[in-house]
Amino acid sequence: MTTDTRTDPAQPGLLPDGRTRTLLLAAAGFAVAVAAPHVLYPVFVMKVLCFALFACAFNLLLGFAGLLSFGHAAFFGGAAYVSAHAAKVWGFPPELAILAGTASAAMTGLLFGWLAIRRQGIYFAMITLALSQMVFFLALQLPFTGGEDGIQAVPRGVLFGLVDLNDPLAMYWTVLGVCLFGFAVIRRAVHSPFGQVLKAIRENEPRAISLGYRTERYKLLAFVLSAALAGMAGATKALVFQLASLTDVTWQMSGEAVLMTLLGGVGTLAGPVVGAALVVTLQNHLADSGVPVTVVTGFIFVVCVLLFRRGIVGEIEHRLRRRAP
Amino acid sequence: MLDLLGVPPQALFGQLLLGLINGSFYALLSLGLAVIFGMLNVINMAHGALYMVGAFVAWLLLTKFGLGYWWALGLAPLAVGALGLVLERGLLRHLYSVDHLYGLLLTFGLALMIEGGFRHVYGVSGQAYPIPDLLRGGTNLGFMVLPSYRGWVVVFALAVCFGTWFAIERTRLGSRLRAATENPALVQAFGIDVPRMVSLTYGFGVALAGLAGVLAAPIYQVSPMMGTNLIIVVFAVVVIGGMGSILGAILTGIGLGLLEGLTKVFYPEASNIVVFVIMAVVLLLKPAGLFGRER
Repeated sequence: MTTDTRTDPAQPGLLPDGRTRTLLLAAAGFAVAVAAPHVLYPVFVMKVLCFALFACAFNLLLGFAGLLSFGHAAFFGGAAYVSAHAAKVWGFPPELAILAGTASAAMTGLLFGWLAIRRQGIYFAMITLALSQMVFFLALQLPFTGGEDGIQAVPRGVLFGLVDLNDPLAMYWTVLGVCLFGFAVIRRAVHSPFGQVLKAIRENEPRAISLGYRTERYKLLAFVLSAALAGMAGATKALVFQLASLTDVTWQMSGEAVLMTLLGGVGTLAGPVVGAALVVTLQNHLADSGVPVTVVTGFIFVVCVLLFRRGIVGEIEHRLRRRAP
Repeated sequence: MLDLLGVPPQALFGQLLLGLINGSFYALLSLGLAVIFGMLNVINMAHGALYMVGAFVAWLLLTKFGLGYWWALGLAPLAVGALGLVLERGLLRHLYSVDHLYGLLLTFGLALMIEGGFRHVYGVSGQAYPIPDLLRGGTNLGFMVLPSYRGWVVVFALAVCFGTWFAIERTRLGSRLRAATENPALVQAFGIDVPRMVSLTYGFGVALAGLAGVLAAPIYQVSPMMGTNLIIVVFAVVVIGGMGSILGAILTGIGLGLLEGLTKVFYPEASNIVVFVIMAVVLLLKPAGLFGRER
């Protein structure tokens, strides 16, 4: 699907060849990563990164397996609670707290996915939404979650016993590392034979079954992977903001992952990152302006669905592909 | 006998009545969802928002125009239905040729806009809506006191549900509707205006939601967020019942309302999640839903 490593033999020299271009992109990315926390407010950049990973994890399911989950907040917020509790009450170091959150999200994902993949399409969306609402009520009522207050003042701790994460830059590089790891996993999964089977299921599930694939297993694995990565994003977010709260498990949070992915481009690798950056920026600006955020969010939804279904990155890729011979 | 269970009969019947009322709302809302889904293949995420709009129209009629409950009972569903027609003609119509999930996303966006708009104007706190004079007071049934308004809600909601069932399953218009659900192209070829039927179906489905909103106004407070959490429970109801059958949607709605009421008596902590747990169990035993067809 992506054409970024293919070179055009008809026009040698105009564009650098694949490897050089990848290196150039990597260098540019590295420069941006170094500059970002100095140019922008570090917590803002970390928030964007966490949401970008969250949206990418969601997009793995929607964009590559064609499954619309409306309950990803359960994994994102559930993992935030687990990692916050592990760091604060059990005294886990940050790396183990994030790991605990991720593992809990994977387990929840296994359970929810096992139930939800029994139905397709619209029903799948409704089932995941209902199951995540159950997690919301559990978070509201269970003793360890702190009810309406959530878990506050979560210690960031010392990474591997060496790096004190109370330093914003250290925290930033940790978040960047976690998120890059997540993106790498997603990229690897999408370009693997496993990812190809997922795309086959998305395009035509009966045909994939007739070719001998046990599509349920592929869908379940994709669901668990997506849930685990969404959980990793949520667990990291809990450490960044030192807070796990009910907001993280509401269905509106699931809606945000959908919005970021839709705006950036469903089924593109970079789309959710672009979408997350835009949506978080927008929310930050609107927060002080008095314009109701939900109305604007809803409006973007409507416009994207009606006029802009490829999303930003999807539209760019589409134009580039059409121009190329 | 009931005292043996350690529950005073007053509490038990009180909760069962509340369950029956909730069940009536579930039935009205899931009925509307099922009718819309049957015709448009769209799950209407804006259903909860339009239920809220119905309640607000009733409240505005009362406070701005002095028109009381009985006016609202007629006018609010019409207003919500008209809004539905506009939304279908203006927006939803353009999505029938693409993946059905886009319809879900569009209506989700609409729900956010409607609820966000009302919250911006009216704030999050609820507005009280008085019970109409005719239905004040209650009747002593011997084992409990039945407030007249609550009895009225149950009876009226059930009457509307079964009226809808009758109209769809037993009348000429309903048979055309069902035919158009099965095979729109063929029905169109017979000279029936299917696009208009689709619009009217959506309008009718959301009008049911508006009606439920009016019925709910005197029981719950009129607030912008009254539909959000309710609609997720209704989605679970729809998954449990399956959207294949009208009667199934009604029965599932009422049954789950009652079950929720019972849970409130015997194990209140679980009352919020009991519907979702039942949904999980039904998915394990009968994935297509209790009244659904595999497809």
